[in-house]
Amino acid sequence: MQINNVQGMVLKGIKQIIMLILLIYLVFPFIWLVSISFKSTAEILTGGIHVIPKDFYFDHYRSILNDSNLIQSVFNSLVVSIFSMTITVMIALPAAYSLVRFKTNIKNAVLGWILASQIFPAILVIIPLYMVLRYLHLTDSIFGLTMVYVVWELPFVLWMLYGYIKNIPLELEEAAFIDGATKLQYVYRILFPVIMPAIGATAIFAFIISWNEFLFALVLMKNPENVTLPVQLSRFTGMEGQARIGLLAAASCLATIPSLILFTFIRKGFKSGLMTGSVKV
Amino acid sequence: MNQHSLKKSQEFSQLKILLPILIPIILFSLLPLGRGIYLGFTDYTLGSSIKFNGIENYFQLFKDHYFWKSFRVGIVWTIAVSLGQLILGMGLALLLHSRIKFFSIYSVLIIIPWAMPPIIRGIVWRQIYDPDSGILNSVLMQMNIIVNPINWLSSFEHVIPAVIVAGIWGGVPQTTIFLLAGLKNISTGVYDAAKMDGAGIWTEFTRITVPLLKPTLAAVLSLNFLWNFNSFGLVWVLTQGGPGGLTRLPMLAAYEEAFRYGYVGYAAAIGNVMIIILSVVLYFYLRIQFKEQVKT
Repeated sequence: MQINNVQGMVLKGIKQIIMLILLIYLVFPFIWLVSISFKSTAEILTGGIHVIPKDFYFDHYRSILNDSNLIQSVFNSLVVSIFSMTITVMIALPAAYSLVRFKTNIKNAVLGWILASQIFPAILVIIPLYMVLRYLHLTDSIFGLTMVYVVWELPFVLWMLYGYIKNIPLELEEAAFIDGATKLQYVYRILFPVIMPAIGATAIFAFIISWNEFLFALVLMKNPENVTLPVQLSRFTGMEGQARIGLLAAASCLATIPSLILFTFIRKGFKSGLMTGSVKV
Repeated sequence: MNQHSLKKSQEFSQLKILLPILIPIILFSLLPLGRGIYLGFTDYTLGSSIKFNGIENYFQLFKDHYFWKSFRVGIVWTIAVSLGQLILGMGLALLLHSRIKFFSIYSVLIIIPWAMPPIIRGIVWRQIYDPDSGILNSVLMQMNIIVNPINWLSSFEHVIPAVIVAGIWGGVPQTTIFLLAGLKNISTGVYDAAKMDGAGIWTEFTRITVPLLKPTLAAVLSLNFLWNFNSFGLVWVLTQGGPGGLTRLPMLAAYEEAFRYGYVGYAAAIGNVMIIILSVVLYFYLRIQFKEQVKT
């Protein structure tokens, strides 16, 4: 018994040490980003290894507030991400329901598209996409980019919702139909609240997909007023490089915060295996 | 109503419900995609008219030294990054699954890289690798492991491992969370039975965990493979494909052909070749999934 206890303690210790090493790899780059965002440019360039700045320097954050292009790009990113997330979830919900319930050829075609969409390199779509948008007079427009992101998020959102709805018992909708509800009423009034937590998690992922997207925004948005945050940040990384690294770090920290906050919301979901539905399909 | 018309009416009512997703999918995915595939068989350059030229682009690709180089880099990058993500993700998932202390803190911390857009991942790692003010050189020099600073992202020997380490880093969180979900699906009863039979940790892992996790493992590995092969932002910020085209992934190569030189047709041809390679990966994945479904 005693030996077992000692063994258990050693095992626990080893586990924590391995965990710690992996955590340093995963977390340190972010800590370092936060750290240099509070250092003066001179201090960054000396290449010290201290994480806590010698004196806290807030000018990078102050200059972000004065950089109207940057503020505008944050606003654009928020608008595009929130609208595309909302539209995607609202149109994907009845669609996912019908994919679960009706077994027709259309269902197979849509499921096939979901899978196939993962293998098509964005580069193949992007120039013809530009042509389609031009035809619809949606080039260089926030709405155009929103619609592109809706389609970009759809495979993932459909897949997740399909997994959740599959696990909802048939009795629920039978009861609703007996009470005279139509399919759409059932989907938005009954199904929606029932799988609300799952929808929340899915919506957050959808938000992050467009918040992070770079290539489409880079190619499709030319007007400086329409640029999104990742594209705006990538403009800082060019020639000027090192001179503005502090500002860049500060802006990067701010750009990470929304996703970080949203992730902590769905953390409970990870714990209880919220993703299981999507893995099992 | 006979069977046939029943199915027809079902299809019609499904079509109605699906219309809101079908219209955007057709307009912004299928149409551009079909057009893109077609452009791969034309000599289209930005600003000129489109002329069909059959498989001419592919003959050219076949002789194009830069194209082969870019694909070799792409394959090395994809395999190394996907495997790295799988191994670290598996390790983390097992640790988190084993009732480790401080689970809730750890589970927040490990998703941090995921919360960062690929562009910012690039910005962070560029700063870490910076030859003059980067922390990696500073630490290695203080520990007397190296004497002179290394220019990680512009030296031929170091650049590939350097971008791979940054690439793995960004994908570990997703991989871990998917594998953790898979682990939670395995009933604890199976493990209890194995313990009764006196199975050790290693036997447990190879005989129970891996076989039961196979569908999840196949899904995670093939999805990571697809995403990594198609990745763009991180390496774009880190090296722009340099030095000397050593990290010019296929996506970067296609982007340059299209937007730097204007050879859209040629870039689309590169895209078409990428589809063929990725279809093979998808085929193997579906075969594994299908076999599992037949078994259960």
